[in-house]
Amino acid sequence: MLDQDVRYLKYKTFLNTYCPYCRQSFNVEEKDKKVIVFNANFNGSALKLKLSPFLDVFEVESSIPIEKNEILTELECPYCKKSLIKPEMRCGECGSQVGEVIISTHDKLIPFYLCLRYGCEWHGLSKSDERKIKLKIPRQEMPEQDQKLRTANHQEVPYGYTSELALLEAGRCLQCKKPECVLGCPVNIDIPEFVRLIAEEKFDEAVKKIKERNVLPAICGRVCPQENQCEETCILGVKDEPVAIGNLERFVADWERKMDLVKIPKIKQKLNKKIAVIGSGPAGLTVAADLQQLGYSVTIFEAFHETGGVLTYGIPEFRLPKSIVHFEINYMKEMGVRVELNHVIGKIITVDELLENFDAVFIGVGAGLPKFMNIDGESLGNVFSANEYLTRMNLMKAYKFPEYDTPKPKGTRVAIIGGGNVVMDCARTAIRTGSAEVIIVYRRSRSELPARHEEVRHAEEEGVKFRLLTNPVKFLGTDSNTLKAMECIKMELAEPDESGRRKPIPIEGSNFIIDVDMAVVAIGNSANPIIFQTTPDIKLNKWGYIIVNPDTNETSKEFVYAGGDIVTGSATVIQAMGAGRIAANAIHKKLSNMNGKRIN
Amino acid sequence: MFQITRKQELAKGTIVRFDILAPKIAKKAKAGQFIILRVNETGERIPMTIADKDEFAGIITIIFQVVGKTTALMRSLKEGDFIRDVAGPLGRPAEVEKIGTVLMVGGGTGVAILYHVAKAFKEAGNYVISIIGAREKDLVILENEMDFISDELVVTTDDGSYGYRGFVTQPLEKYLEERYDIKLIYSIGPIIMMKNVCAITKKYNIPTIVSLNPIMIDGTGMCGGCRVKIDGKIKFACVDGPDFDGQLVDFNELSKRNSIYLKDEKDCLLFSIK
Repeated sequence: MLDQDVRYLKYKTFLNTYCPYCRQSFNVEEKDKKVIVFNANFNGSALKLKLSPFLDVFEVESSIPIEKNEILTELECPYCKKSLIKPEMRCGECGSQVGEVIISTHDKLIPFYLCLRYGCEWHGLSKSDERKIKLKIPRQEMPEQDQKLRTANHQEVPYGYTSELALLEAGRCLQCKKPECVLGCPVNIDIPEFVRLIAEEKFDEAVKKIKERNVLPAICGRVCPQENQCEETCILGVKDEPVAIGNLERFVADWERKMDLVKIPKIKQKLNKKIAVIGSGPAGLTVAADLQQLGYSVTIFEAFHETGGVLTYGIPEFRLPKSIVHFEINYMKEMGVRVELNHVIGKIITVDELLENFDAVFIGVGAGLPKFMNIDGESLGNVFSANEYLTRMNLMKAYKFPEYDTPKPKGTRVAIIGGGNVVMDCARTAIRTGSAEVIIVYRRSRSELPARHEEVRHAEEEGVKFRLLTNPVKFLGTDSNTLKAMECIKMELAEPDESGRRKPIPIEGSNFIIDVDMAVVAIGNSANPIIFQTTPDIKLNKWGYIIVNPDTNETSKEFVYAGGDIVTGSATVIQAMGAGRIAANAIHKKLSNMNGKRIN
Repeated sequence: MFQITRKQELAKGTIVRFDILAPKIAKKAKAGQFIILRVNETGERIPMTIADKDEFAGIITIIFQVVGKTTALMRSLKEGDFIRDVAGPLGRPAEVEKIGTVLMVGGGTGVAILYHVAKAFKEAGNYVISIIGAREKDLVILENEMDFISDELVVTTDDGSYGYRGFVTQPLEKYLEERYDIKLIYSIGPIIMMKNVCAITKKYNIPTIVSLNPIMIDGTGMCGGCRVKIDGKIKFACVDGPDFDGQLVDFNELSKRNSIYLKDEKDCLLFSIK
């Protein structure tokens, strides 16, 4: 067998090791650690060769001093005494003799080779067997804050991988020839390549690889619904758990930031062309970063007093620390992106006025007009839209009330209505602000919950309760017009409709009352009309979202592009970034192909 | 940062007027629109209607009553001080056109907003009749300014210490009895006043516009805090308003919603005094 056919097993994989002949296990407990023990022979003297089952420590126990680089002449099974030496094979590193043992993986026994030269740590298995061994490594979970402690603070829950965990997890990737994960990613990150670089401990190259396609890895690693994207299509997931791509993405991005290795990219040429980006959420930031890097002068117009869009006002601190959002935005500012706060475009400046001064305009304002259920009592005090609740808590920092002036919405028993990530965010925020009981009321069943699995799990761990197959029909108020209870009706699921989801139908006469003194309606958003009130020539669909050419994301108004929730309706951070990427490419192409300047 | 170029205390210091340097906003602001401001890093976002503007000097004027922590803090600011954030102009402008005779009814600080709209109607060539009311003489604001842009002006006080004794609704009813050429009524003030005005004008079937000021955070339609029921449907005052057809507004619900945060305001004020 040639050495290139033998793969080096680098990662600290725990192995059960057996004799290929008598099939007895070599693993022995010795004090606190498990070791593999062989009978070995050196120049005619008996030795005991010890190897940790993690395959990273060679030790030889003997009364004869043994030098490094000396070769064992015999290796035998301590039970059946048969020789384990494979004379036809050689070590991949030093060419010495190798021994063969058997390791077990998933009911399969695989031959495994190790070099017999003392001091050489070469060991490996054949390429065709590599897949089988990788399945042996379980998916590595991120260490997290204690369940009890974390409900009393607003700090981030998962701590992220350590380098060791990242190496282990990256080692699980099979490096598929036709990687399905890349197709599952809305911005087509070269996932196998960056995972391989992590496995080789080249963290800096890994993060560069990601940043070729995704400018905000620290954010996407945290908030992307990977289980419905890259990790859903991972081949390992068919029989086992998929590779934790999101956790790895987060790990390298955090590593780069913590090691202070983030460098401002050099901008090769100045193009003397100006781009206006409306909204500083994920779509807008992507367009800004991409085009600034290509040499354009980008100005972002943000309606609020803080940048980041949904990353700032929507996603809570414990899920996405604001310091990370600030870091990413500072990075863009250092690249030369200008940011104008408190600019509500459509009001202070119209899109047409922007076109007089900028070569192209990108609209990434998000959906941002909350939906209500239109049921009785929805205007009572302590009934909030998710946007209002989260904006107060996150953007206005009401959780620090009265240090901050914005009043903190509070309730003892709180109902959150809906089933998405925003619902989990609201519920977990309420738990952290001292509500005794938080109940999620969702009209479908558990398997239809659209939220990320991790968010649902975190919410449950923190004590959030679920009332599934339940829908509110009425809010009941006290004399002072604040909420005191909610009338609900039980639902059942009918056959799937055209959308493929099972339609919830109310069960007549099943009404009941839940006592709650605060409710948050988190059933989605519709399109914000502000820009279009002054720009009627941008065509909208029947729901008020912008119609774009899907290849370029250009709107019906030339030189005006759009992307994110204002085009698709409520979606994910990474989808918005994907849309921003398409628009940035199209803007660059269009402006490059133009003769002369569009504006003076 | 936005500089306060002029400060003036009206009505015994309970109502304050600021001129704020904000050239971009001044250029675009129209009557009936508002701004959202945040005084400092820890401050709330609060809506303030633009009471006047000077496009050439780049100045917008706001007039506010001191009711809670933020407005108390604002009163403590001096000329030359800065307000951290000002976003605007927000909301739909008042629909101003030449239609003949219009009747403007304002109460309390609502007069500040009314002034800007009345001025716009006057400039559009209308015959402007104004009725402004206050609790007592010292609380009457902008009387001279209103007089300057109105063809007829009636001032009322609840206690009769100045002008006509009673509520603005009494002279309103008198005008509606006597004049048949009133094409539009525009009313801004306390919710109960607007509700009563609408109840009267309904009898005469004259279009009545009211300007609402519900709870608001972002002012861009995002939070839904400013939801009001108009003709049974939920509308957002910040993007669909603040002006609405007064006959369609559910005033009872609006006054209930506006009372919700009163306790929090007090808590916050107490904290700031400590």
